[in-house]
Amino acid sequence: MTIDTAADPVAEPRRRFPGVRSEGTGSRGSRVLGLVTLAGMAALLLFGLVLSPQDPGPNEMGQTVRIMYMHVPVAIIAFLAFGVTAVGSIMYLWKRSEFWDLTAAASAEIGVFLTAATLATGMIWGKFAWGTWWVWDARLTTTALLLVLFLGYLAVRRLPGPPEQRSKRAAIAGLIAFVDVPIVHYSVDWWRSLHQPATVSRFDPQIDGLLLFSLMLGMVVFLLAYWWLMIHRFRVALMESRLEERGLDVALAARRAEAEATAPVAATPAGVRP
Amino acid sequence: MSGQWGYVTAAYVMVLGSMAAYAVWTIRRGRRLARRLPAEDRRWL
Repeated sequence: MTIDTAADPVAEPRRRFPGVRSEGTGSRGSRVLGLVTLAGMAALLLFGLVLSPQDPGPNEMGQTVRIMYMHVPVAIIAFLAFGVTAVGSIMYLWKRSEFWDLTAAASAEIGVFLTAATLATGMIWGKFAWGTWWVWDARLTTTALLLVLFLGYLAVRRLPGPPEQRSKRAAIAGLIAFVDVPIVHYSVDWWRSLHQPATVSRFDPQIDGLLLFSLMLGMVVFLLAYWWLMIHRFRVALMESRLEERGLDVALAARRAEAEATAPVAATPAGVRP
Repeated sequence: MSGQWGYVTAAYVMVLGSMAAYAVWTIRRGRRLARRLPAEDRRWL
């Protein structure tokens, strides 16, 4: 599809900065971050699939320990994403600022995607380790509930209503949904669980060497990926908000014009033809 | 052993593939929206 740059005001920046593709949500900073993230992904593949050894421990995880370099970072960054949604929700209720509302929304969508990836990689690992894709284990069940809760949050955001009311409803829903995050984290301690307890988030991690390094590298890389996605998703949310405002403005102007056009007829006394 | 690599490959392809798909989807959404907005509404440019 080609855009008529002479008539389209949106295409103006491309003329101001010739040679730079400035349309969409990209910026110089986001492109640099994207390249760093891609390089990190390549390093993670190298360490995760080639340099890191198979599990030498008594768990007999063998090569499948490599799944943990995806599964654990994705799960932790999903928690972070929902944490950002909770902070954004609190800040919105306090400041009533669009920035915090859109931050909460953007982060929740990424968190839902990461939680789905967490469940999928966990199921793949579970099929090998436990011989089944799914068990109604405390950790798995509370994580599935977390996914459903934040899907509900995204649905609440789409409910009709004035923008302020919608944002307020969403902020409250986001805070309620976030209550499940600590429950997921402590589920392996509170209930008997097939899922292993914390391996890294303790003062004496149960793995070391290249296994620990690969896991930490995964954390950094997925944090960068989350940051990159947040930048783009936030800008998408901002543009959606601007378009909605413009749509409301156009609708209001149309109603005003309609009211002005019909006003002389309405003011005419009953029974008298204008 | 090769069976174990099957699980590993499935997990990596699933995560990285879906992440790439989500990133492309987000970028395309952004481009589609940007066509309908003037530049002053996109301050990051």
